[in-house]
Amino acid sequence: MGIFIGDDTRLLVQGITGRDGSFHTRQMLEYGTRVVAGVTPGKGGQTFDDTVPVFDTVEEAVAGAEANTSVIYVPARFAADAVFEAADAGIALIVCITEGVPVADMLRVLPYVREKGARLVGPNCPGLIVPGRCKVGILPGQIVREGPVGIVSRSGTLTYEVIFQLTRAGIGQSACVGIGGDPLIGTDFVDCLAAFEADPETAAVAVIGEIGGTDEQVAAEYVSREMSKPVVGFIAGQTAPPGRRMGHAGAIISGSEGTAEEKIRAFESHGIGVARRPADLVGLIRER
Amino acid sequence: MNIHEYQARAIFARHGIPVPEAEVAATAEEAAAAAERFGGRVVVKAQVHAGGRGKAGGVKLASTPAEARGSAEAILGMEIKGIEVRRVLVAPAEDIASEAYVGIVLDRARRADTIMVSSEGGVDIEEVAATMPGAIRKVAVDPRYGLLAHQAALLGHHLYDDPGAARQASSIIAKLYAAYRASGATLAEINPMIVNPAGEVKAIDAKMNIDDNALFRLPGIAALRDTEAENPAEVRAREAGLSYIPLDGNVGCCVNGAGLAMATMDLVKYYGGEPANFLDIGGSSNPDKVVAALELITEDPNVKSILFNIFGGITRCDDVANGIVEATSRMELGVPVTIRLTGTNEVEGVAILAAQGFEAMVDMDRAVETAVRRAGGGTDSEPGDGR
Repeated sequence: MGIFIGDDTRLLVQGITGRDGSFHTRQMLEYGTRVVAGVTPGKGGQTFDDTVPVFDTVEEAVAGAEANTSVIYVPARFAADAVFEAADAGIALIVCITEGVPVADMLRVLPYVREKGARLVGPNCPGLIVPGRCKVGILPGQIVREGPVGIVSRSGTLTYEVIFQLTRAGIGQSACVGIGGDPLIGTDFVDCLAAFEADPETAAVAVIGEIGGTDEQVAAEYVSREMSKPVVGFIAGQTAPPGRRMGHAGAIISGSEGTAEEKIRAFESHGIGVARRPADLVGLIRER
Repeated sequence: MNIHEYQARAIFARHGIPVPEAEVAATAEEAAAAAERFGGRVVVKAQVHAGGRGKAGGVKLASTPAEARGSAEAILGMEIKGIEVRRVLVAPAEDIASEAYVGIVLDRARRADTIMVSSEGGVDIEEVAATMPGAIRKVAVDPRYGLLAHQAALLGHHLYDDPGAARQASSIIAKLYAAYRASGATLAEINPMIVNPAGEVKAIDAKMNIDDNALFRLPGIAALRDTEAENPAEVRAREAGLSYIPLDGNVGCCVNGAGLAMATMDLVKYYGGEPANFLDIGGSSNPDKVVAALELITEDPNVKSILFNIFGGITRCDDVANGIVEATSRMELGVPVTIRLTGTNEVEGVAILAAQGFEAMVDMDRAVETAVRRAGGGTDSEPGDGR
């Protein structure tokens, strides 16, 4: 099962001939993902690694290879249009890995994607993986293992860290979703929590948040209102100074809003067990 | 990116917002000369990337050019939130009948730019939001249609009963939104926007924050970056493609990924230490970045111990290992290094380090604890007893 991706995923790679696109296409193929097409304007008609047909446009890739999911590795200045193009061609799930997309572009993209009935994950995210079945994005396949815990996170390598520690402790994952570290993203914590709640293979969920914005607080309210499955959490940035952007464009404490303390309090007051360090997530999950 | 008030004023003026003319001065003499030209009564304002200038004594009224000289002398060179003031703005003092606030900010939760106005101007808007939220009127702008005329009109009428003032305010709000969009801003503020006794509405302050990600297509805005007003180490880090923020502790941290970097800092504190910095070497596999990172960390005299925490994904462990080896062959670190390395090409990375006598760990907690101990901290304190 998993969430958002799985056995039905027919993946299209936008930017398949680029440095990152080609590297990660090979990793995804190796993992067993059905990569059915690639798009690079001007390179239509070529075949990537003798296995994946390349098209000039997403429309052609959908018509020619029945792609239903897209992953985007194009440079930031072209990323917004790549999302528009995928949504326009009827792609149902669009995963944008690209970092550095202007927020003004995302302001225009988000309502468009919604009107087209598509789901966007990202930008500036590591993508999704359903262990043993399918991976879309850049999450390392070797650290996951099949199991009952859903993971949703705003971070990249911190997500790997959490997965790694769970796997080492013998706790597998039903699906892992990196939603991205930007201030405006297509899929938020609540979207993922709802999907995990509905997924019969998920028994518990770990939410990995960080400073900035109020998504974690909104997620906490959702958990206490709508979820029957246990949820645990971790918040990065307890030592971050206010007013400074901590790497991620979205990781900034403005005024008293967006602090780790505030988010931890919101988690705790809504029944979400909060780990003080990533390693403590293992014990918290075992308890529940 | 932050820009200075005088730069934001110029952008506002270009978009047709009435902003009184003003001059930038780097010396007290220049400030006095500007005051002379403006006819004496002026306001002298520190130009720094820090809020709360007024409270810090960085804004002074002067009645004569001589007073303006004195004010500039007092302000130039002072530190506001750790940043030295290198320039002041000298503007004619306005007669003020009333003050209001106008701001545009990206509202993450509503996924829209939101315009806020309040008739309580000249004070911190967050204070107003906390004490009298009813005074603030907000309007979300649909990004597909932009600011609609009736939205600007209703905000103007919320601020002023007088139809003339309301009309002027609506026009200023529409121009501010145009300036905000054209500059790739994530924040634009006029605080205060004033009405003078003649009934004229003007912006007598200007603030803008710019989305770094938009700078590639806005060369004119990108050129406004004042690297002298920033921490030199941060400027060098940015040029090397690193994300670096110096802090007060003694454990230098070098991590790949922003979330993991924050979690590493938190863990340093958990084990009783204090992080010396936030440093994200990013997702690339370039040994030069590691060298640049180590240079930045070792230049901080407070650093007593260096911690690498690398979880290879896009970043390859062997590249980081090569960077560490190269950096240590070029410079004397003088402090112990603790390395945590796992993920992509871990075996190769560990072998490269072992050949040079470095030990690499797999467990993050163990590495952080070791680095804290090597910095001379954490031994007597309970885990989590961070001060």
